Amino acid sequence: MKINNIKIETQEFNLYYDHFQALKNISLDIEENKVTALIGPSGCGKSTYLRTLNRMNDLIDNVRVEGSIKLDGVDIYHSKVDVVNLRKRVGMVFQRPNPFPMSIYDNVAYGLRIHGLKDREKLDEIVEKSLRNAGLWDEVKDRLKKSALGLSGGQQQRLVIARVLAVEPEVILMDEPASALDPISTSRLEDLIAELKDKYTIVIVTHNMQQAARVSDYTAFFLSGEMVEYNLTKDIFTTPQEKRTEDYITGRFG
Amino acid sequence: MRQSIREKAIFINYKKKNIIRKSTLQEGSKSLLYQKGYKDSQWIEYILFVSAMIALLSVLLITFFVLRSGLPLIQKVGIKDFIFGLKWAPTQGSFGIFPMIIGTVMVTLGALVIGIPFGLAGAIFLAEIVPVSVAKAVRPMIELLAGIPSVVYGFFGMIVIVPFLREKLGGTGLGILAGSIILAIMILPTIINIAEDAIRAVPREYKEGSLGMGATHWQTIKKIILPAARSGIISGIVLGMGRAIGETMAVIMVTGNAPVLPNSIMSQVRTLTGNVVLEMGYAAGEHQQALFATGIVLFGFIMILNLVISFTLKKEGESA
Amino acid sequence: MKNRVKYEEKVAKILLWFAALTIICILFAIVSFIVIKGVSSLSWEFFTENPKRGGKEGGIYSTVISTLYLTGVALALSTPIGVGAAIYLTEYVKQGRVVRLIRFGTESLAGIPSIIFGLFGFVFFVIFLKMGWSVLSGGLTLTMMILPTIVRTAEEALKSVPRSYREGSLALGATKWMTIYRVVLPSAIPGILTGIILSIGRAVGETAAIMLTAGSALGIPLSLYDPARTMSVHLYVLAMEGLSMENAFATATVLIALVTIVNMLANRFRIYFTKQVS
Repeated sequence: MKINNIKIETQEFNLYYDHFQALKNISLDIEENKVTALIGPSGCGKSTYLRTLNRMNDLIDNVRVEGSIKLDGVDIYHSKVDVVNLRKRVGMVFQRPNPFPMSIYDNVAYGLRIHGLKDREKLDEIVEKSLRNAGLWDEVKDRLKKSALGLSGGQQQRLVIARVLAVEPEVILMDEPASALDPISTSRLEDLIAELKDKYTIVIVTHNMQQAARVSDYTAFFLSGEMVEYNLTKDIFTTPQEKRTEDYITGRFG
Repeated sequence: MRQSIREKAIFINYKKKNIIRKSTLQEGSKSLLYQKGYKDSQWIEYILFVSAMIALLSVLLITFFVLRSGLPLIQKVGIKDFIFGLKWAPTQGSFGIFPMIIGTVMVTLGALVIGIPFGLAGAIFLAEIVPVSVAKAVRPMIELLAGIPSVVYGFFGMIVIVPFLREKLGGTGLGILAGSIILAIMILPTIINIAEDAIRAVPREYKEGSLGMGATHWQTIKKIILPAARSGIISGIVLGMGRAIGETMAVIMVTGNAPVLPNSIMSQVRTLTGNVVLEMGYAAGEHQQALFATGIVLFGFIMILNLVISFTLKKEGESA
Repeated sequence: MKNRVKYEEKVAKILLWFAALTIICILFAIVSFIVIKGVSSLSWEFFTENPKRGGKEGGIYSTVISTLYLTGVALALSTPIGVGAAIYLTEYVKQGRVVRLIRFGTESLAGIPSIIFGLFGFVFFVIFLKMGWSVLSGGLTLTMMILPTIVRTAEEALKSVPRSYREGSLALGATKWMTIYRVVLPSAIPGILTGIILSIGRAVGETAAIMLTAGSALGIPLSLYDPARTMSVHLYVLAMEGLSMENAFATATVLIALVTIVNMLANRFRIYFTKQVS
């Protein structure tokens, strides 16, 4: 499998919590403007790997990493790299929708404001654009000043995506974004992901193999901290090369 | 729930515009990762650290200044004569605070004797007897009891309890008993709250196990729940004791404040705290030092109690 | 045998009910006894007139102002310090020797009796720093006294802010302080307010330490360096010197009313807070 336009390049990456090795020698290239799905059973390291891509693991004590992850060719674990800038470029959507307890408008404007944008018109414009791009505008345009906590789970998750879009990242990481949503909201979210990949590189962790098959271009299968197989989604689900992959996707374990 | 075609069209339009419009926030160049983003000023952490240290600093300052102001007198009089001296006549050079120590001890013990049964009963009542909804309705009342200022308690003691005792038992009504009653009421919230939490924290299996063996509710409370909650109950009592020892205003309003050894529960007594507040207004020189020295002794009492508390809590933590 | 057990059960429950009802009766007795006798002396003038002839006549205006003044000073200082300390403990350094030291300091401070604070305030602020018996000395002493409450409640409030808020903000490229200042603190405000309100209760009721640091002069304090007599001190003087039982009852009624309001407000905020977080 040949990947052109590599956005994120991971080479021989290891991660340890204290003495426990959570990621073992991961090498994986992620293509620009494509959706890459990470699948595998719980505790296999897929979420941990996802969180290394914007260095959210920095928040946990006693984490140690080896190897390199390059974003556009720049090692993001290089000592000179500014984490704040990295996270601005690599946005993240979490398992449970986590809107802040403020208005819908303020949620979306939050990232812009912390990065110093004060111009009211500009804010309005970007908030609207982000909400539209997240497919939420029509549902919330009349209640932008209402609390975001009043939205439904699916709406909240799309709001969180709008919040990420507002700071114009290049990569969006999604950590089981649909796990707390009902089927209808899930399908909306999947449509949204398909639309977003024209502009963004998306990496999504999911428990749901059908979802991975539906939304992604590439799929990586993780098991106990190792990456077992990485291939085009259509190939991995039809002709897996590894026995373990086959066992997992046919539901023999996991 | 699919988007309508019209919405899609809007969406695509937007995307087109976006491609033309330059990114508002960033250029997307490779070197951007190396650029310094917003950084928190290091000052923030310094300021927060200083804020966090102020409590500790206060404790050190308090200890230092109270010791500095009182120790010279203890040295001069001699620690034995100061603590065990029976005569308090500071203007004539007699500095014995033994009567006040006894006064504090008596009033505190009295408060515990009255307060513990009621406090414990209240805690059992709230945690075991009544449903949660009733306990929830009672809790604000207990909180109010805890919030009433001590002068108000003292005032209540002066106008209700003291006259009542005077009528029923004779004498002035002022003294150990009146002080103990008022203090007992004041330490009730402390004992009830902490003991109730401790009782609620007893695992339900214990209770179910006992009831399942055919024990009655009361037998279960007495034999299983109270012993299991023991260390929590004890720390509640010790904390209540701390409050009783340190209490000032309510006590001086009802104990009569004579600095002499009591000979009955109706005797007038003066507590350590009362000694300080009653004479501080006009004391000077060695007299003032002696009041600080009284404070040191009181401080010592409280410190010992705090050690007891952390010891029981630690033991509890180990056994849990 | 069976009968004895049943009998004991019955007696025990009766005693428990008796004790619980007694406690509630005591509360009602204290409140109603004072309020019934005090409420008749309450009038608009009682609040707006200064005490006359040492409190024998007139109202409590100057003592209300003094109480507000002292409480205001104490809150203005202890709130930022306490919240800052809580932020440091929950967001910056979570364990280690420094944290243990800080906790030891806060807990010890909470355990010190008010009369010791009074002694310290007197020798340190009044004498050593030459502030005299003043609003400032009293306010600074009160600041130390209410600091532990503020730190503890603010800490609890900050801890109950969901981790996902912090992660969400950091993932957007916010710095730690921005995250705390713009997301964590605003979410914790009701909890912090509970602590502040409870501290008001303590500040209003404090007497011994105030007498030793702010004095008991009856005038209206015009500056931070003027002495002040708070309502609690006023009640003490009125009652102990037998100046005016009528005014003492009325003042005690005001204090009880204040504390009741404070407790109700604190409960309201607590309920609001738990609802919002969950």
